[in-house]
Amino acid sequence: MAVPILKQRHHLIASIQSALSDQDLLGLRDDLARLVGQHRALGVIIDVTALDVLDSFATRTLRAIAYMTKLRGAETVIVGIQPDVALAMVQLGLTLEDVLTALDLEEGLALLDQRLAESHGS
Amino acid sequence: MAVSKETQVHVRIQNSADIVAARQQGRALASIAGFSHSNLTIIATAISEVARNIVEYAKEGEVVITLIDDANKKGVEIVASDQGPGIPDVSTVMRDGFSTGKGLGIGLPGARRLMDEFAITSAVGTGTIVTMKKWVV
Repeated sequence: MAVPILKQRHHLIASIQSALSDQDLLGLRDDLARLVGQHRALGVIIDVTALDVLDSFATRTLRAIAYMTKLRGAETVIVGIQPDVALAMVQLGLTLEDVLTALDLEEGLALLDQRLAESHGS
Repeated sequence: MAVSKETQVHVRIQNSADIVAARQQGRALASIAGFSHSNLTIIATAISEVARNIVEYAKEGEVVITLIDDANKKGVEIVASDQGPGIPDVSTVMRDGFSTGKGLGIGLPGARRLMDEFAITSAVGTGTIVTMKKWVV
């Protein structure tokens, strides 16, 4: 199932609606890498609130998306990791390393705006 | 009180959509045993890892999830089996970070950390069986 991706100002928002297979996750990765260029986006938010599992493959793919979009000039923020999912990820030994995260969509947008203001401010 | 007769589910694993089916059906069955929400998430995540191992290395296999009782404990048992190439040295794959596939090499050792009991038997040319259990505390 394809993940809907919306554009808001200079940001792309990928709002995951239901459980994703590995193929769906790879589709999201490819869509975002392409759309960042097409929309000249500076930020990407991936909302994973609806996901009840983030296993090793999903985590690795989210990390890959964050690095790929960065190479294309956009910051990615993962938002909405549920508390039970966070617990399982920690026990499994998974880490998002230096990928940005925020509690929810609102905090994610605020974080992106703050990063953009910093990089254009000085 | 009516007790559900459904105490076991079998999920055929052939592609990545089956991984999602296995963890969803496993979570639904385990919820009958009375696991907390966070333990259901942990069980679903462990199922995802062992099911992906099948898709990645054996192409196809089966995940069987069973509600179990031991004395006064309730729990869930997950058996992931395949007739794939098998693993020459099981201790190697149980080490964090070891992978010959596309993964992080975290799947099997990670699943072991998530569950209360974990066993793996494998023979080259015959296949692999992973058996894991979690108890309601």
